[in-house]
Amino acid sequence: MKPQQLTKPVWAATSSAMELGASRQGRSGRFGMVRAAGMKGLMLIGGAMTLAGCISVNAPDKPIVIELNINIKQEVVYRLAADAGNTIKDNPDIF
Amino acid sequence: MTNFVAPIERSMLAKAGWATLAALVLVAPASAQQRDPAYAAARASGQVGEKVDGYLGFPVAPSAEIRRLADDINIKRKAVYAERAEANGATIEEYAFSAGCQAIARSVPGEKYQAPDGSWQTRTAAAPLRDPRCP
Repeated sequence: MKPQQLTKPVWAATSSAMELGASRQGRSGRFGMVRAAGMKGLMLIGGAMTLAGCISVNAPDKPIVIELNINIKQEVVYRLAADAGNTIKDNPDIF
Repeated sequence: MTNFVAPIERSMLAKAGWATLAALVLVAPASAQQRDPAYAAARASGQVGEKVDGYLGFPVAPSAEIRRLADDINIKRKAVYAERAEANGATIEEYAFSAGCQAIARSVPGEKYQAPDGSWQTRTAAAPLRDPRCP
């Protein structure tokens, strides 16, 4: 379903863009005349892209939860091993 | 009453007092040197197990009593982890993870422990499945 919807407007836009060069206004104006339905499709896609943009901007505001285990390095675990072993031995009531 | 006690006797009394206090301090930890019978039973029956992160977890849905017991121990563990982590210049999570490596290694056959993939395993005579970072 999706590729079909995408192909139609892209085909129309590509040919007009090639003819008119870099002028954005001319391209969209001509495009609107050529096919109103294609314009609607573009607006929908544009709307979806705007929404996607909003989400990617808002995400960093929230605390990023990093998997705990990834942060712990093997060398630290090795360094703490002896002390941790003693702690377990010294607290047999809770281990 | 103390007015009638001679200075020498008073110092002797003070010494005796300190001795009693010292004896109490020495005895106090010794009384807490064993697992609570309910905790020992929960471990043996697999109702609680050692997690990778250094705390107790529940291989099966816990009763309210088991949950309270494990929460209580986990709070005490975290207090110990926090103290030792500070002494070693590490984070509580790092120390707890390191202790988890040891606690899983020290589990005995029949007890439950958590494998690195998060699944619960029953300890056998074979070495337990541990995180590759464990020593």
